[in-house]
Amino acid sequence: LAAQDARSPPSQKRRTDDSTSTGDLQPMPTSPPADVQSPGAADALFASPPQFRHSAIPLDFDISSPLTYGTPSSRVEGTPRSGIRGTPVRQRPDLGSVRKARQVDLHSDGLAEDIVATEQSLGQKLVIWGTDVNVASCKEKFQRFLQRFIDPLDKEDEDIGLDLNEPRYMQRLQEINMVGEPFLNVNCDHLRSFDENLYRQLICYPQEVIPTFDMAANEIFFDRYPDSILEHQIQVRPYNALKTRNMRNLNPEDIDQLITISGMVIRSSQLIPEMQEAFFRCQVCAFTTRVEIDRGRIAEPSVCKNCNTTHSMALIHNRSMFSDKQMIKLQESPEDMPAGQTPHTVTLFAHNDLVDKVQPGDRVNVTGIYRAVPIRVNPRVSSVKSVYKTHIDVIHYRKTDSKRLHGVDEETEQKRFTEERVEMLKELSKKADIYERLALALAPSIYEHEDIKKGILLQLFGGSRKDFTRTGRGNFRAEINILLCGDPGTSKSQLLQYVYNLVPRGQYTSGKGSSAVGLTAYVMKDPETRQLVLQTGALVLSDNGICCIDEFDKMNESTRSVLHEVMEQQTLSIAKAGIICQLNARTSILAAANPIESQWNPKKTTIENIQLPHTLLSRFDLIFLMLDPRDEGYDRRLARHLVSLYYQSEEKMEEEYLDMAVLRDYIAYARSYVNPRLGEEAGQGLIEAYVDMRKIGSGRGMVSAYPRQLESLIRLAEAHAKVRFSDKVEAIDVEEAKRLHREALKQSATDPKTGIVDISILTTGMSATARKRKEELAQALRKLIQSKGKAPSLKYQQLLDDLRAQSETAVTKEMFEEALRALADEDFLTVTGKTVRLL
Amino acid sequence: MPCVGDWLNSPLSIVQGIFAQNVPHSDWEKKVTEYFKEKLKENNATNWVPSLNDVPVHYLKPNSLVKFRCMVQDMFDPEFYMGVYETVDPNTNARVLHFGKYRDVAECGPQQEIDLNSSQTVTLERQTFYCVPVPGESAWVKEISFLTEPVQARVSPSTSYTPSRHKRSYEEDEDMDLHPSKQKEQHTGKSCCSGGDIHGCVEPKRLETEASAGHHVISPNCSPPLDLNFPLPGEKGPACLVKVYESWESFKVNDVLEVFGVLSVDPVLSIVNSEERDSSALDPMECMDTSEEQRVHSPPASLVPRIHVILAQKLQHINPLLPACLNEEESKTCEFVSNFMSELSPVRAELLGFLTHALLGDSLAAEYLILHLISTVYARRDVLPLGKFTVNLSGCPRSSAFTEHLYRLIQQLVPASYHLRMSIESMNHARLVPHKDYTANRLVSGLLQLASNTSLVIDETQLEQGQLDTAGVHNVTALGNLITWQKVDYDFNYHRMEFPCNINVLITSEGRSLLPSDCQVHLQPQIIPPNMEEYMSSLLTAVLPSVLNKFRIYLSLLRLLDYSISDEVTKAVEEDFVEMRKNNPESVTADDLHRMLLVARFLSLSAGQTTLSRERWLRAKQLEALRKARLQQQKCVNGNEL
Repeated sequence: LAAQDARSPPSQKRRTDDSTSTGDLQPMPTSPPADVQSPGAADALFASPPQFRHSAIPLDFDISSPLTYGTPSSRVEGTPRSGIRGTPVRQRPDLGSVRKARQVDLHSDGLAEDIVATEQSLGQKLVIWGTDVNVASCKEKFQRFLQRFIDPLDKEDEDIGLDLNEPRYMQRLQEINMVGEPFLNVNCDHLRSFDENLYRQLICYPQEVIPTFDMAANEIFFDRYPDSILEHQIQVRPYNALKTRNMRNLNPEDIDQLITISGMVIRSSQLIPEMQEAFFRCQVCAFTTRVEIDRGRIAEPSVCKNCNTTHSMALIHNRSMFSDKQMIKLQESPEDMPAGQTPHTVTLFAHNDLVDKVQPGDRVNVTGIYRAVPIRVNPRVSSVKSVYKTHIDVIHYRKTDSKRLHGVDEETEQKRFTEERVEMLKELSKKADIYERLALALAPSIYEHEDIKKGILLQLFGGSRKDFTRTGRGNFRAEINILLCGDPGTSKSQLLQYVYNLVPRGQYTSGKGSSAVGLTAYVMKDPETRQLVLQTGALVLSDNGICCIDEFDKMNESTRSVLHEVMEQQTLSIAKAGIICQLNARTSILAAANPIESQWNPKKTTIENIQLPHTLLSRFDLIFLMLDPRDEGYDRRLARHLVSLYYQSEEKMEEEYLDMAVLRDYIAYARSYVNPRLGEEAGQGLIEAYVDMRKIGSGRGMVSAYPRQLESLIRLAEAHAKVRFSDKVEAIDVEEAKRLHREALKQSATDPKTGIVDISILTTGMSATARKRKEELAQALRKLIQSKGKAPSLKYQQLLDDLRAQSETAVTKEMFEEALRALADEDFLTVTGKTVRLL
Repeated sequence: MPCVGDWLNSPLSIVQGIFAQNVPHSDWEKKVTEYFKEKLKENNATNWVPSLNDVPVHYLKPNSLVKFRCMVQDMFDPEFYMGVYETVDPNTNARVLHFGKYRDVAECGPQQEIDLNSSQTVTLERQTFYCVPVPGESAWVKEISFLTEPVQARVSPSTSYTPSRHKRSYEEDEDMDLHPSKQKEQHTGKSCCSGGDIHGCVEPKRLETEASAGHHVISPNCSPPLDLNFPLPGEKGPACLVKVYESWESFKVNDVLEVFGVLSVDPVLSIVNSEERDSSALDPMECMDTSEEQRVHSPPASLVPRIHVILAQKLQHINPLLPACLNEEESKTCEFVSNFMSELSPVRAELLGFLTHALLGDSLAAEYLILHLISTVYARRDVLPLGKFTVNLSGCPRSSAFTEHLYRLIQQLVPASYHLRMSIESMNHARLVPHKDYTANRLVSGLLQLASNTSLVIDETQLEQGQLDTAGVHNVTALGNLITWQKVDYDFNYHRMEFPCNINVLITSEGRSLLPSDCQVHLQPQIIPPNMEEYMSSLLTAVLPSVLNKFRIYLSLLRLLDYSISDEVTKAVEEDFVEMRKNNPESVTADDLHRMLLVARFLSLSAGQTTLSRERWLRAKQLEALRKARLQQQKCVNGNEL
């Protein structure tokens, strides 16, 4: 069955635009003629003599077993060192199963020209055929690396409990001894900083080098812990090869090399048992033999070696050896995709314990060996499809978002910035007008509305996260919620779209289209596995981001009620289909609402205009009205702005404003690295501001500020400090917070009847004057009814007309009904149909 | 007939020649493309290349040069292939180098073997695009591009493919050409699987007819025919796997391309499939793809032919009446444009008259329709697409299939269009947004996967009251997003991807549409023809074909013009706006100004002017005022009725 040697195709640098390639590694120091791909050999091409048909067959040996490596003495079974003997070897199908590697001995005749000797010192030099890897020196180097590598600066999230000033990997081996998981993960970056050449060999010839590493690690391990009992021998798993790369950059050059790519798992297959070793028994004489898999095929012995009967060997499944294998499809992450193209996918093969380590939907970094296998049209026909099938044999997985639902791991969340970028951002932050500058850069196509943009800017930065769990308060919300309401066509949606496109974890939904389920989370039964799966909705998905909700007013009651919990507690509780859980939804909400009447009615309060429950409204830190300012200067500027939009070229427009990418980085940097605290002065300022706000109303017997407003002020001040990259909230931050808050209040909480800012409009849904008026009307009605004497029932219409005649101000039907209701509540009367009965 | 050399019939032999001359250097590839570029530049040579759009696959010679005008529907993963490989004769040890570019199968002689370990082997990368004919391409585009082709490239008249003498002789030729490969194929068929030859030559033809009859026909004992994944239902024409060798990064999904390449319908490809499917249980390498994925990614070559691209270019438009590329400073193009510009105003007047009749005598609506038809998204300002002009034509008579006929007229004018009839049923069941099918690993197309500048006519007059389900809400939202942001969020299951688009949406409705629009025009019919059908068809027959062609050129050409506003006019517009606001701030909002600027832009362009003049601005204002007055009036009428 075994056909030709299906070696992976040789790689050659073809893509000129690829700067990250390792092309410089290709020509080997003293390449044998067979490896020369230079144009020099051109003339002889069509008649080139066969080069590998030597009579002397190179020494074959099994590279998968560490025992067979190195000096001849260690290859002799029976002289193993201490503990290795007791621990079984486990095959590594991830390294291309049992590929026989030819080791070439310098002393062997006739092969001299095929030998690659990288080291000058002669003696016993063995290199693996086709590579420049010398097993012994490679092993020695790796052992030195394990024993000596220290990097106190590099901290990773797996490093809990490691002493960074001791050799890192020796501690890892100790861990293996204690835990018993025989896998040693090695960061290639460490290896590179330790030994550049060894790293290069690992990248180029992983198939040969990793077993050598295995061997080295095992020797050290069993030297140290001779009594340790492991399931099988330690396997080395390198990760983080080169820098993590995009799938799109893979090219033929990477074939058979160690690569690391990132992506999202989209599909995983069932477990596939793959035969590693077949067991055959002769039907005639019961002679048994084992045949190892060779490049995916088992060579069935056609003749029994014992009795020479042909075709008598039968496969015994039960005694054959199988290993687990799984096929996984990895798709490139959405962030890496160039606009307007569909994502690429790549096939992964996971083996043994890596099977079922990842599920569809997981984001992973995969380290493995890139493979390409020719497709044969038909084994008996010589023509071959000229396409190779490619896949990656997985060596190491690293999930990038495993903690997604449970809490954001701040470490992994942090976007890494280059030093220049950080320098640039810091430089930018020192500018005096950075706040204005950023506000201007926000949605430049939307004209003016500066305060609104500033509000949104602060929302993008957010406050500092504080934990008051110990004092019984729980988490203190750091996110700023903003509601925009106003006339249709004042580019509210556009602003929302912009924000949604700006932030990495933005979600955009429309109140009209979304249900409570779509916002929160729902439980779904997977049609295949019949397993219940929790699917998350927009609010959970925008954890640590911004959820933009358009047409907030169109949202139905039950959906809106979900928001109550999210907007104050920042969590979402789910109790559905037996799954009870609380998910984090630390999301800022940017909502837009249209007035109930098509136009904003300036004679009505905010609540009356948008008909939202005040319980919800009070959870917004800032409520802005987006109205048409009626002012000539504004009109003029607006006109100029719009006209320029309609003919300026795109490049010209870009110049005028800060780049969107810069803005994005600036925000990301501030969010992850700046965490301002309140200063003494700022604290005082906030107290004063709050007291002032309370005072405004107290004169007229009403409350104009609540603790919630104070919290808003604190958040806003913190966000403003973040804009300045300042670790301390100072007086100017408080000033701006006060100003913005007042500005928003002035717009949204002004009593249209009196023109006074009245926070109770937002907190109770009614201004204090309106409440007073209502009471007065009820009293007037009561008096009116009482004046009518002992009549037990009154006509509805009659009563209304009488009241209207009596009152100085216009009494609407609604007002009248409200007054009736108030009196009914006092058990003074009941209303049945069109008659009013006294009690 | 110019000498249609070997480069048309057997381009691979040309490639072989160039390859043999230059082989050790890798620049043979460049020489090949240069050679074909030169060849195609010669007088109208592109017209001599048979087009896959017009000629059914089985009438084309395998391995000949063909062209294909298509839209990229999906992009598959890049493939690694043997760019150069070596064959060895086991008996004589003779080694020969071959090239694998432009080929699906690595050829080798009967006595030879491919040396997979050869150091001469060069692995290269290519990208496969799944391409479909431009969705909604109007019949006249097909017809005209077909007519420009020479006689021998054409196989038989477009009306039918009934066997004629002409055709038969052609087929015989083809058969003769095919002969060697057929023999080989039969040979392999016997040796490997008995069903091989059936698969190879009989089945594909049957499938082909089935596919063209519409892919819902399912023969009882046959596996369901392959869904060719056309965005629009009822589309015909070949889907194609286009293999791109150079600069594939520059192409995007939904781009319209014209490719010149080597047609590959090697029946071996189909055998590969069946073989793979049979042996999948045995070979661990084959089980990595599901059978659906197999079906989709390597469908039978007879059904989905392969084109190995030698030259590919993005098309700005698909109007065959215009020169393909208008940017170039070519004298021919310039001449064409300036000639047409000189007679622009009569064409515009005639078009206006034509549309006025079509809109039952409403000249204002006709004016707006022209503006709509030449609108195009010319830039995006952060999220805001500039230049879209969605018109909602309200007040359409409901009873007499008016919108149907209006669409037919529009279809005669624009190169690509689609008529979307909105109903509760269709909204709940239609597949508007493309989504990724991870089992088959492909992007399943939806109605909204359209090429740039496609006219989408949404008919809302048939919409009744009713309950939209989740899918329906999503579909309506998708339509709304398309209109407002000119983007479609493709559904990738785990996430959504935004694909910007440029689609002209015209909504016909009775009252105001439930979908957003940039501008609502209320139709005021002057005449109600008793027989709409007769009226409309007579309208169309009354227009001379040459005039109709001028309309077509007019609409496609003006869309591509540049536009600017001088400082002076900017000032005037500014003044005007301030003045209008002063009198009545309610009447003019920023949105109105947006719209007026848009109207002014397209009004200027429709007259062939590339800058805004004061007169045009005033005219735009006047148009807007008329339109608004009409809406106001309509409101009053409705108010009274209520």
